[in-house]
Amino acid sequence: MTKKITRAYLDKVRRENAKKDKKTISSIENAADDIYKKIQRRGKPLMRFPVRSLSNVSYDKRKGYLEIGRARKERTLTVNTVKGFAQTLRMMGLSRELVINNDFATKRDVYYQSKNWEEAKFDDQTESDTVMDDIEALFSVDDVSREQLRFVPDEHGGAVAGDLVVLDPDLESGEIERIDCTRFGSGAYSIPTSVEHLSFETGAKFILAIETGGVFQRLQSHKFWKTSNCILINMAGVPTRSTRRFIRRLSEQAKIPVYAFVDCDPYGISNIYRTLKVGSGNAAHINRFFCVPNATYLGVTPQDIIDYELPTHPLKDVDIKRAKDALKNDPFFKSKKQWKSAIEQLLSMGVRAEQQALAMWGLNYVIEEYLPQKLKNPGKFLP
Amino acid sequence: MSPTKSAKKKSAKKSTKKPTKKAAKKVAKKKATKKAAQKRSTGGKTGSRSKPEQADLFSQSSKGKATKASPPRSKKKIKKSRETSGEDASSANKAEQLAAKQKDISVSEFFAKNRHLLGFDSPARALLTTVREAVDNSLDACEEAEYLPTIVVEVTAASEEQHTILVRDNGPGIVPAQLPKIFGRLLYGSKFHARKQTRGQQGIGISAAGMYGNLTTGKPMVVTSRTSRRKPATQVTLAIDMAKNQPVVKKEREVDVDWAHGTEIHIELEGTYKKGKHSIDAFLEQVSLANPHVEIQYKNPVDKEPIIWERVTKKLPEAPMEILPHPHGVELGILMQMMKDTSSRTVSGFLCSEFCRMTPNVVKKVSEQSEELGKYIDTDRHPRRLSSADVKILHKSIERTKMMAPPTNCLSPIGEELMAKTLRRNFDPELVLTVSRQPAVYRGNPFQVEAGIAYGGELPGDELASIFRFANRVPLQYEQGACAITQSIISTPWKNYEVQQARGALPTGPLAILVHIASVWVPFTSESKKAVAGYDEILKEMRLAIMEAGRKLAIHLRKKRRLADAERKKDYIKKYIPQIGIALQDILELSDKQRTGAESKLADVLEKSRKM
Repeated sequence: MTKKITRAYLDKVRRENAKKDKKTISSIENAADDIYKKIQRRGKPLMRFPVRSLSNVSYDKRKGYLEIGRARKERTLTVNTVKGFAQTLRMMGLSRELVINNDFATKRDVYYQSKNWEEAKFDDQTESDTVMDDIEALFSVDDVSREQLRFVPDEHGGAVAGDLVVLDPDLESGEIERIDCTRFGSGAYSIPTSVEHLSFETGAKFILAIETGGVFQRLQSHKFWKTSNCILINMAGVPTRSTRRFIRRLSEQAKIPVYAFVDCDPYGISNIYRTLKVGSGNAAHINRFFCVPNATYLGVTPQDIIDYELPTHPLKDVDIKRAKDALKNDPFFKSKKQWKSAIEQLLSMGVRAEQQALAMWGLNYVIEEYLPQKLKNPGKFLP
Repeated sequence: MSPTKSAKKKSAKKSTKKPTKKAAKKVAKKKATKKAAQKRSTGGKTGSRSKPEQADLFSQSSKGKATKASPPRSKKKIKKSRETSGEDASSANKAEQLAAKQKDISVSEFFAKNRHLLGFDSPARALLTTVREAVDNSLDACEEAEYLPTIVVEVTAASEEQHTILVRDNGPGIVPAQLPKIFGRLLYGSKFHARKQTRGQQGIGISAAGMYGNLTTGKPMVVTSRTSRRKPATQVTLAIDMAKNQPVVKKEREVDVDWAHGTEIHIELEGTYKKGKHSIDAFLEQVSLANPHVEIQYKNPVDKEPIIWERVTKKLPEAPMEILPHPHGVELGILMQMMKDTSSRTVSGFLCSEFCRMTPNVVKKVSEQSEELGKYIDTDRHPRRLSSADVKILHKSIERTKMMAPPTNCLSPIGEELMAKTLRRNFDPELVLTVSRQPAVYRGNPFQVEAGIAYGGELPGDELASIFRFANRVPLQYEQGACAITQSIISTPWKNYEVQQARGALPTGPLAILVHIASVWVPFTSESKKAVAGYDEILKEMRLAIMEAGRKLAIHLRKKRRLADAERKKDYIKKYIPQIGIALQDILELSDKQRTGAESKLADVLEKSRKM
């Protein structure tokens, strides 16, 4: 199924973007106005931020992502907070300016921008990052994401190959770049930091999100996407926000499922897969945008280690700690019985296995045997 | 100086520097009563308190080989062996054989072999010890004569390892005839038995220094003294005959000097000059802290300019009074000795005449206590008739009897005001807080604690506090860690007083802490008198003094911090409110007037809240 980008569609995107921008600006202005009015009444202005910690995070099965709770902390403008207040307000001003000028800034950019703010400048980037996180949390209550505030991450995105055309419109000129992800040869399409304006044409049946570059490389060079009609995405470890957002938008627009293929160890399960599916615990206030609720776990599962007689390594202390922590504290795993027993199984085996362990049976075993066998029964994937 | 007031005293004083006539008599008497039996050679030494210890040292070194286990009370042992000689002929023979080998050993000879005992164990310490002894002597001489002391100290380098030390005071001077005795013999002095607050108590020091110099450089000590403007100064060159503990006058002549009266000693000795905590510089600085009435002029071999500490008061400290010992402080051995030596003919008379706070009424109570202990001691008996078991019971009975605390007017504290003045002079600090506690008593000994804190100014802020410890105005420079003063400073909750303190450590900050204990009998941890022992009563008084000074400090520091905070907050507000204004103007597109209006309102609100 292919989706055509029409002038009408483009206008729609433009309208939506304009609407979002308007919302962003009005959110910022409302926040500033509250403070201004309070000052006019000779009161002490205050800001209310959602509490950003695991204690204020819950998992809602229906929504499918880790969600920030209702706990709020108030920051009143006092002598001691006046500096932070000034910096927060100046950064909000910067965000508004970026939206108006249709520009963006990375965390590092913002830090350097602050050098123009005289007394309110930041002495190092950790300070400005903290204030940015605060602002992001502040506006997430209004459904405004960091990207909409025009603050973009510096981190690199994932890589894409397969039956997919990415439509990347230049919103100013109206020209649309058609990027065919089958035509990168032995390379791949790199996901940009901002993906909100993209749309897709694809006939693929599913998305395969892969942990390691090694396996992605193998599948890509053997054109696995062609034989099994899918889109390959290299997450390269824990997927970045834009990678997650890209997968989310692609799978929602094309209405195709996402299968995760990662190492069978507590890191692959509780960090990579969990973050892909329901978002990160650290930044729960943004998970609603940056999660892929219709992802499932293809492998490698603890049962695969037994079924495929995979070579293993013993679990390290950090692995055991991470697995136990997942069982005890992670609201996602706590709500999934299958995951509970899978993690317990892994713990009792006391071993881990990498994706590439399949190479023991031959370098292309993963393409010829493992994946085809697995893909016959997607319903059996772990949730 | 008031000649009328102390004319009598002076005449006595002038003749001898340290020993008074009374003391001299006592010496004679003691000599008589206390066996010449064995130690003829110790003739020079005086004082009942020190005698047993000295005797021990000698017995060990002289007879160490013959009677290996010769314990401290060797005198008695020998006596006993003689008493029992009739019963056992062979042991008597042995004793006589041994006696033949037992040679007299003089104090001087003993010292020559054990110089470390007296502070001459390292080249750096030798210089310091010499200066210490000379300065102590000078101060005592001046104060006894009621002269305001001016002490001149000069250390000059003869070579890297040899230095000349000159110490001069403006005291009464010493008559020529006494000079050799005072400076040429060890243990010649009047201070041993006096039950009052004094600086040193050995009297061994300065002659030991002279001897050390003589031993190490071959150069004898030179002493110059002048008793009056009308008389010429006498200069003697003194060596010590170590075998006989006798001074040898090498030269005696009259010399011209440019000072009216006083004594100057000049010793060349082996020793190295060093700076630091255990230096002469540090010692004199400390002397100046605890002795506000003293002027010190000091020239060291390194710095070009002399250091002068001018006196901050022209009033001499009140002379400490002599008191009789309090019965609760007396140790059993001492009590036995006193009972042997006394001229009283009854125990009752002995107790009443040789102790304070003893009256016939109290003696009666003591007897009652002895009855309760199982053996009634008849206090009408002759003191020398009591068996040692009886004396033991008597001692215990005295301990159990309640009686008045000793008089405390025998102490001479520095005083809050003068302590503050010396601290200001020496450190030029921002704040000075001083506390003099009321006198208190431990084990029958009256004592008084004083504490002073200098804060800020040039004192280094990121180092541990400097500690200045004093016992009877004498600086304690060694064994800081073992001293009750250090312990009490560490156990003071400095954090409550706005001063940083790591767990179990001295406080950190621009602090100099002075603690002085004045007592007729300062308890030291060891014979070398370097650290004060931690008796509960003493630790408590020290802590109370330091805490009181600390509380005063905290009041000042809190006030200062409040002001600084207020200032900082004001600055803060001034600094950041315009930024809030700019941000609001940017976001809300306010006019300049709206912006400044908001800024001033916000400033108002914050200024007000700051006061809460």
